[in-house]
Amino acid sequence: MSVRLIIHRAGPGLSVQDLGRSGYLVFGLSRGGAADRLALYEGAALLGHDPSTAAIEMAGLGGTFEVTHDTRIALTGAPMGATLQDGTVLRWNASHLLPAGVQLTIGAVRAGSYGYLHLGGGIASELQLGARSAHLASGLGARLTDGTELPLGRDAGGAVNMTLEPEPRLEGGRLRMVPSLQTGLFGDAEVARFQEVRFSRDSRANRMGVRLLPEGQGFALEGGLSVLSEVIAPGDIQVTGDGTPYVLMSECQTTGGYPRIGSVLPCDMPRVAQAQAGAEFRFTLVSLDEAIELERRALADLERLPSRLAPLLRDPASMRDLLSYQLVGGVTAGRELDEGL
Amino acid sequence: MTNSPSSAPVPAGDKQWPKVATAGFDGVVVRFADSLSEPANRAALAFRAAVEAAGWAAIEETSTSLVSTYLRFDPLGCAHDAMMAQVQALLKTRDWYDAALPQGRRLWRVPTVFGTDLAPQLEEAAARAGLTPDEAIQQIAQTQLRVQTIGFAPGQPYLGELPPAFDIPRQTELTPQVPEGAVVVAIRQIVLFSVTTPTGWRHIGQTRFRLFRPDAPEPFVLRPGDEVLFEPISPERYAALEEAGADGGATSEVLA
Repeated sequence: MSVRLIIHRAGPGLSVQDLGRSGYLVFGLSRGGAADRLALYEGAALLGHDPSTAAIEMAGLGGTFEVTHDTRIALTGAPMGATLQDGTVLRWNASHLLPAGVQLTIGAVRAGSYGYLHLGGGIASELQLGARSAHLASGLGARLTDGTELPLGRDAGGAVNMTLEPEPRLEGGRLRMVPSLQTGLFGDAEVARFQEVRFSRDSRANRMGVRLLPEGQGFALEGGLSVLSEVIAPGDIQVTGDGTPYVLMSECQTTGGYPRIGSVLPCDMPRVAQAQAGAEFRFTLVSLDEAIELERRALADLERLPSRLAPLLRDPASMRDLLSYQLVGGVTAGRELDEGL
Repeated sequence: MTNSPSSAPVPAGDKQWPKVATAGFDGVVVRFADSLSEPANRAALAFRAAVEAAGWAAIEETSTSLVSTYLRFDPLGCAHDAMMAQVQALLKTRDWYDAALPQGRRLWRVPTVFGTDLAPQLEEAAARAGLTPDEAIQQIAQTQLRVQTIGFAPGQPYLGELPPAFDIPRQTELTPQVPEGAVVVAIRQIVLFSVTTPTGWRHIGQTRFRLFRPDAPEPFVLRPGDEVLFEPISPERYAALEEAGADGGATSEVLA
């Protein structure tokens, strides 16, 4: 009998997400995948998974969850309140053991936008076009609703009660961009001004794009509406007719006709995804050579994540039953625990 | 979509085209023209096929738009300069504008209700084209349209090219929602929607043809180069086609 995750109550923005699908762009389907890919890597490090393992993405609000067998879990991305049925509070950016039959309630985000619930063995829903990610904009997969049950993969086992200090990315900040196809059309003065102006994240944002409001005058491009429609990609900063930039996210459309002033580096995209409405951004144009250096470093950081795990030191005051916990990070042998239950 | 199509081919021997540019951190775009033309469209399709056939290790995926080819690659595995040089070298191997259309193309006949409350902007679009609604339907139904590219949404075709009268602009305001299967028109092109979406194009016809079928062996029905005829049917016939499944009564035959 395979292990199942039962979602008793689902917040409005829950979906299964992994790293998305490559190779369907030519058919009009963008890659999709987790809005904050770094959170998937963090969750994978905490549970000893491959980063392509599917998890539950929670936009803004979590839900109530239960598993049919004791299961290792990890919580990453935007921190949310996470409480077990008995009142035990679970730390974010950490791994835990979720006992069978105990309800886990995850509340609203405290900072950032997208929280992630990772489960030992990963979500093992049917592959669709080679991935498990819901691509909401195209009707591939769907939002998770109350009462949904999802199968989990076999957990190879590993540590729980480990923590991982996350890369700060919830508060906006500086975004590095490289030139895109129409950067030149904007002219040096406008590109320079684009790097001086402060932007704040608009309330209009989803998995397709995030709108940024410039302080002061917009960046409307003379003749910009006659750009021939061509490929667009996540990270591209499209400037719409009224001069307001949108940063395209993982579920963006595949072609567009709005001019692009630049393209945000992949390593800075989690920052765009996680910003809440009102968060401030500034842009810095970097060369492709600098971009390669930055991406190389980001990749090395991803590879180092597993080595940065630390035992979770529990605050005894937050525990209901001290005796039932190990006080430092312990190790379980996956679902072998189930045998005695 | 903000292009203004024209049938003028790119002059042979024009040294300005094609143009190669990086697009963001991990993209290269090869543009074969700056406006829609059939030779440039064929060039984009053929060049993408050649890149796929070349099997370069750093390539992660490729696609085409109306007149350009896109390559997404891994710049940490192959520097931008090296990728651009590779692309330039492949470009020099032939005259891409001379390329044939893809193999295995099909002709699709798609039952379509024009106008009525199912597609409320027929009159408006016809008036913009200087035609009566019946004339507009007749002209569209007689034009064998070609899938120039698939894009924007999964499996969604841009179809061209309609007679010159249909060089009508998009409306300034967006229609908040047009259903899947909608036939919309602007700038001598038709788009057949694969999802329910807002649009600035005018909604002149409605089909039951589903273009994106995530769970089917062939999830994306149309391919670039395929041709489409929209065949007028009555609202009664349309209602009856509810039982016709994902094809919505559409049929296909292989083009010679």
